Amino acid sequence: MSSSHSQSVEAHDEGVKARVGIWLFLLSEILLFGGMFLLYSMYRYKNPADFHAGSMELSRFDGTLNTIVLLTSSLTVVVALFSLHVKQNMRRAAIFLAATIGLGLTFLVVKSFEWGAKFEHGLYPGAKFLESQPHGFILFFGLYFTMTGLHALHVIVGMVVLSFVLNFVLRRKITPERINIMENGALYWHLVDIIWIFLFPLFYLIS
Amino acid sequence: MDEHGGGNGHPHNHFPWFATSEGKPAGLIGFLTSTNHKRIGTLYLVPILSFFSIAVILGVLMRIQMLSPNSKFLAGTLYNQIFTLHGVIMIFLVVIPAIPTIFGNFFLPILIGGKDMAFPRLNLFTWYLYIAGAVILLVSLLTGKGPADTGWTFYVPYSLRTTVNVPFAVFGVFILGMSSILTGLNIVTTVHMERAPGMKFSRLPLSIWGIYATAWVQVLATPVIGITMVLILVERIFGIGVFDPSKGGDPLLYQHLFWIYSHPAVYIMILPAMGVISDIIPVFSRKNIFGYKTIAFSSLAIASVGSLVWGHHMYVSGQSDTAGIVFSLLTFLVAVPSAIKVFNWVATLYKGSIKMDPPFLYALGFIALFAIGGLTGLILGALSTDVHTHDTYFVVGHFHYVIFGGMGFGLFAALHYWFPKMWGKTYNEKFAVVAFIVLFVGFNVFYMTILILGWAGMPRRYYSYLPQFTDLQRIATYGSWIMVAGLVMMFGNLLHGLFRGKKAEDNPWGGATLEWQIPSPPAEHSFAETPVVTHGPYVFSDDNGDDLGKKEPHEQQPQSKR
Repeated sequence: MSSSHSQSVEAHDEGVKARVGIWLFLLSEILLFGGMFLLYSMYRYKNPADFHAGSMELSRFDGTLNTIVLLTSSLTVVVALFSLHVKQNMRRAAIFLAATIGLGLTFLVVKSFEWGAKFEHGLYPGAKFLESQPHGFILFFGLYFTMTGLHALHVIVGMVVLSFVLNFVLRRKITPERINIMENGALYWHLVDIIWIFLFPLFYLIS
Repeated sequence: MDEHGGGNGHPHNHFPWFATSEGKPAGLIGFLTSTNHKRIGTLYLVPILSFFSIAVILGVLMRIQMLSPNSKFLAGTLYNQIFTLHGVIMIFLVVIPAIPTIFGNFFLPILIGGKDMAFPRLNLFTWYLYIAGAVILLVSLLTGKGPADTGWTFYVPYSLRTTVNVPFAVFGVFILGMSSILTGLNIVTTVHMERAPGMKFSRLPLSIWGIYATAWVQVLATPVIGITMVLILVERIFGIGVFDPSKGGDPLLYQHLFWIYSHPAVYIMILPAMGVISDIIPVFSRKNIFGYKTIAFSSLAIASVGSLVWGHHMYVSGQSDTAGIVFSLLTFLVAVPSAIKVFNWVATLYKGSIKMDPPFLYALGFIALFAIGGLTGLILGALSTDVHTHDTYFVVGHFHYVIFGGMGFGLFAALHYWFPKMWGKTYNEKFAVVAFIVLFVGFNVFYMTILILGWAGMPRRYYSYLPQFTDLQRIATYGSWIMVAGLVMMFGNLLHGLFRGKKAEDNPWGGATLEWQIPSPPAEHSFAETPVVTHGPYVFSDDNGDDLGKKEPHEQQPQSKR
């Protein structure tokens, strides 16, 4: 026990520290969304029929497409990490990082078309049409916009983080410390992906 | 309070860790960009004590309003705004951050023999988040239709309807929540990763156990209030309906989300203070702490069971009877680890060689006041008595005994205990004792009267009252004046010590933890070389039974008594 913190392992310690920190952060993110999932389950329990009707208004095609896009982006970010960490291939790492950011952008574009369609049909909070619907239906769309909106915000943050990492890779400035940033950025991106994996069935696949 | 503020602008004073690092800009800018944990601790100290003073003044204003049932001094909405401000400032800007940020930053790395916090830059960023949150709260005072009048709980649907400046206030709370999460994250990582060789978890000072348990609650509970505050904002701006009964939303769910955080937050407030008390009691009893392991684990027990009791704030809010019974049972359970701590402290005092120095007096004050707060808490935790006392002054008296008498006195104990180490100066100990007595007497005259008023049926948050309460209301107000006089004397004494005090010894109290083995005040880098820890935090005598803290002459050799 007493010798476990000698000076020689300091660089290794930095990496472990960063990993402990990012996992704690991810834990707090999960609880942030946890509050919303709690609201969702209560309101769905109270209004099952309205939630089903709300779900039928969403485009399953768009939802599925976005699920595939995000899952693929999780793969590309891992390939980027693998290329750098194991194969030492900077070029390939950069390409796959760029692909991840591109897929994130694709997700947001699809999402914006989806939201746009809802707005056209008067299905947004405060719209006269939505307000005239049953309570559960209003709540479904209130939660839909809040939760997917909060998630989209996380996608944007993840893209910004990965852009910084890409910048480091392109300038060949990946030091051990920055490998940590890359690993932790990838972990954050996985979180964004996982939250969507839960959002997708809860909103699009209710029956 | 402008405590220690004088030090900030003057890098050329006697505090070595104030001096700026090589290659860094000098003066105030250097201080504001430094990632040194001791400087960041000081950066928290100044605003937190300032906000404390502001909130105390707001409290005094409320007590002046209550001098007469017909008083028009702060009537109506203004009174609501003042008690909301008092609550929001005290809870979010003072009580939650105080001990983990001030003493956690300054002493956590020293006490575990580490170099700094695990993430020094994140640490500084966290401070800026705290300041940003505070500034946003201040903006809510000056813009729109004035500060929120909802109470610090921001209950819906009123917080959605009121025209005063709720959005700024809840956004400020959200930012402060982020700051709190990152503080917790940093502390957990630091305790796991920065310990010196030989500093096993079973040798951690109990103050660190308290701060460590707190940090977990900060990481796990604070996000829930974060999302709750965001939802109020989104609800107010877009009208999504989740808390709006006219759209099918359920205000009770708001209360659940709010208390899922805000009850554990009570333990964020009290656990670090309990830790500090556990450090102080053995030093001034010259005895190893009684039941180290049970105190350490009771901190974790309080943190975990305390996360499951939030429903006891909602007995009369319309939750089901079953929920009420379960939450009541869990509430009674959480009293067990709290009582374990109190009994262990008292057992430590037994046959100790007690030195009645100011930090110890505050620790004793903590035990007495916390015990009263805890017992009144059981009255509120029982379903039937809560119906009678809910939303009365009894609740106000209870949580001021716990939070002010507990956390507040813990903070004052820490201020007096570590003052010589932080500043390398001494304060007038005799005057500190007098200030303590005035504060303690005023506190009890004030809040005991509040408890009696509540039991008699005086509802909280009213700016007027029935004539039969007049005498007691006046006694409470006079008590609050005595209490504030005690506070002024205490802070005045510390300030005087800071500027005029004699030089402090390295180990004035004879403590055995690591901070007392280094100079007072500590250098920029606390340890010249990494310390190696070979014994627990409260070992005061060597193998021959001689007291290790003998730099301070004692009248007797304490261990010989045994």
